[in-house]
Amino acid sequence: MNKIKRGVLPGFGFTMGCTMLYLSLIILIPLSTIFFRASGYGWAQFWETVTSPRVVASYKLSFGAALAAAGINSFFGLLVAWVLVRYRFPLRKVIDGLVDLPFALPTSVAGIVLTTMYAENGWIGRYLGEVGIKVAFTPLGIIMALVFIGLPFVVRTVQPVLQYLEPELEETAAILGANRKQTFIKVLLPGLLPAITTGFAMAFARGLGEYGSVVFISGNMPMRTEVAPLLIITKLEQFDLPGAAAIACVMLVASFVFLLIINFLQWWSGRYQRAV
Amino acid sequence: MSGYENRGPGPERSGKSSAISEPPYIRGLLLAVALTFMGIFLIMPLTAIFLQAFEKGIMAYVTAISESETLAAVRLTLLTAAIVVPLNVLFGVCAAWAIAKFQFFGKNVLITFIDLPFAVSPVIAGLIFVIIFGLHGLMGPWLSSHNIRIIFAVPGIVLATIFITVPFVARELIPLMQEQGSEEEEAALVLGAGGWKTFFKVTLPNIKWGLMYGVILCSARTIGEFGAVSVVSGHIRGKTLTLPLQVEILYNEYNFSAAFAVASLLTLMALAALAAKNFIEWKSGCY
Repeated sequence: MNKIKRGVLPGFGFTMGCTMLYLSLIILIPLSTIFFRASGYGWAQFWETVTSPRVVASYKLSFGAALAAAGINSFFGLLVAWVLVRYRFPLRKVIDGLVDLPFALPTSVAGIVLTTMYAENGWIGRYLGEVGIKVAFTPLGIIMALVFIGLPFVVRTVQPVLQYLEPELEETAAILGANRKQTFIKVLLPGLLPAITTGFAMAFARGLGEYGSVVFISGNMPMRTEVAPLLIITKLEQFDLPGAAAIACVMLVASFVFLLIINFLQWWSGRYQRAV
Repeated sequence: MSGYENRGPGPERSGKSSAISEPPYIRGLLLAVALTFMGIFLIMPLTAIFLQAFEKGIMAYVTAISESETLAAVRLTLLTAAIVVPLNVLFGVCAAWAIAKFQFFGKNVLITFIDLPFAVSPVIAGLIFVIIFGLHGLMGPWLSSHNIRIIFAVPGIVLATIFITVPFVARELIPLMQEQGSEEEEAALVLGAGGWKTFFKVTLPNIKWGLMYGVILCSARTIGEFGAVSVVSGHIRGKTLTLPLQVEILYNEYNFSAAFAVASLLTLMALAALAAKNFIEWKSGCY
């Protein structure tokens, strides 16, 4: 079969060659230089850099904020997808279309507008300030920015699954005596979980590396509101290339592990959808 | 981001049967919470951008966006897009043809490699090109002795942007072409068409909406990329500032209304991209 296909359609060598060349030149070779550069540092110094308190604090912040934002987005993403698929209300199509805004809006624009909104005299910050909640220039602000950036992921992974879910499933549950809550938790949620998890992982991966929207709202105080990507830029500005590469290495490895998980989840949720 | 977009209507819900829908007050509550969330996170920022942009009146707005620095940023942004998008389209079509039309060992690894930029922080994408081409980088001494500038110049901005946007077109075309199979192409070849003719007359018309979809996503990201470009640009005013960087510079100088004026241009671009994307979804859903 394979050989027959290869024999009939032309262009395998050409397109495969171009693909490999492009990928190698743009992605693979450049990316590998990071590991090469960090290895030139020596193991002891590498370890010292990536475990210094300021760097560890930035990892914790990036990791924690991305996790929190992805969690918030999972909950609200499911809710928004549910409302968009199941309910009819005015301007539904417009709101559906706007879900992708964070993908299309440059992150620096998102950063400055969120900072303006959550600053002490901003539209939202003013009222939150009265009850003693500070958002801009605190870790909470970083989470807000990451919620904005990651908003589309869960909505867009859950929406198609919800759309193609057979109504018979819920009808059967209702006929068998389940109330609405039981049907949702025991019948619908397990079917949606793979899509939610995929969306969560994608939002998390995006949040982990996010720089543009965060740099404005975080205030960039070392140890407190300095995210890992910002620390890389700081090292770079001090001409500490190996140091920047070392921090980047740790982030890359973390991201690759996540990419593997995402791909596994896509395969897993895909298998579920095919089974249905 | 890609591969998850819903492109067609599913089974329509009537919502009449009480057994499979929620009581009215729950529906109202869910709707209210969801719309409040969307209001706070999408509608409010969107409104705030335009209100801030016009805060000092329409004249200040026009002055801000017609300043020579802003126009230079527009030119650089469009130049970058004019280089990056066609390259990624060619790559996307090549990769999708190889992956969708043929069976080979390691296909999933290849797809993972194409997806890599999604998992890499934009800052790291910029960093790798500084490590290679920067003054203290691997090729730095050679480049400077030959007077070639890549970092803090246009080539670096283009490279970093390409890295970030590599997956966009490919990720749209691969599932689409896999789904379509290759029977039509095989028929064309049997009937005597050459390889290129088959591609242009059979494959291209079949994938045109998916291709346009990818082009829109890729263009929007190219024009709006900030993190990666920020690392390699060097922030030279009027020379290496793209529009998103111009926004940053103006904002950091406390020139808020000008920053938001430029930001509003980028927002209009983003809204146009969303409109085009929805138009394509609607159009391709017609088939």
